[in-house]
Amino acid sequence: MNWSEFFSMGGYAFYVWGSYLFAFVLLVAEILFLLRRQKALRRTGTRNSFDS
Amino acid sequence: MNLYKYASPAVFYPLAGKLIPWFAVPAAILFAVGLYVGFFLTPALAGEQKQIYHIIFIHVAAAWMGMFLYVLMAIYAGIGWAFNARLASMMASSIAVTGALFTLISLVTGSLWGKPTWGTWWAWQDARLMSTLILMFLYIGFISLQSAIDNQRRADRAGAVVALVGVINVPIIYYSVQWWSTLHQGATIKFTEKPKMTGAQLSAMAIITAACWLYSIAVVLMRLRCEIAEREQTAAMIGEGAAQ
Repeated sequence: MNWSEFFSMGGYAFYVWGSYLFAFVLLVAEILFLLRRQKALRRTGTRNSFDS
Repeated sequence: MNLYKYASPAVFYPLAGKLIPWFAVPAAILFAVGLYVGFFLTPALAGEQKQIYHIIFIHVAAAWMGMFLYVLMAIYAGIGWAFNARLASMMASSIAVTGALFTLISLVTGSLWGKPTWGTWWAWQDARLMSTLILMFLYIGFISLQSAIDNQRRADRAGAVVALVGVINVPIIYYSVQWWSTLHQGATIKFTEKPKMTGAQLSAMAIITAACWLYSIAVVLMRLRCEIAEREQTAAMIGEGAAQ
């Protein structure tokens, strides 16, 4: 199997890659969102008395 | 060593921070390994018509996570309610968003599976699809109810009621394909029978499911830390207000 065959997924490229792309985007977005939330908390600064 | 001390949010906060990388890094590795096995070591899926089956790895893993996490969320919410344990309630709130995300992934990937194989994106009369949609609504209900109530402990209790009542939906999802047979196919892997998949397909699904578990633990711990910090800030603000 060559690469173009692999990417075409027997004609189901949209469905197969769409599924994985959707899952990937959602999971990465969740991580980025949480990192931002963490950063915002650190800025307001009440926390971290526990961290030390 | 006194394990009970970890039930205190203040003690658990730094511990959770130390644990996160131990779940996040293996999760990333297992996702990569699972996808490699699923896409490159499954010769049985190489036939033209069968390529669509590659969706199954992420679809089934996400559907399982949606159900597992719901039960876990309900257990924590119930413990938080019954024993007035704050950390358990915060854990339930932290699980909810991740559970909802996996349920959404299972719905969307299922839809992307349904169009080419059944000829439709969605079927309102299918029991598996409908019970999964209800699971999504239960998550949304839990999350929005919690954010709608200002008093944190009251929000936790209200959420616990929704979470616990909704648990009944989980066995309904699991057995829906046996009780009402419509569009959705039966379980590929049953607890009672030998699975109808080849070794490589089965390993890919198992590895991706394990990756999803590790991912879930890592992000839930991240969210739990935010939750602990935010609730403490709110408590501190209320404290200052009362002092003035």
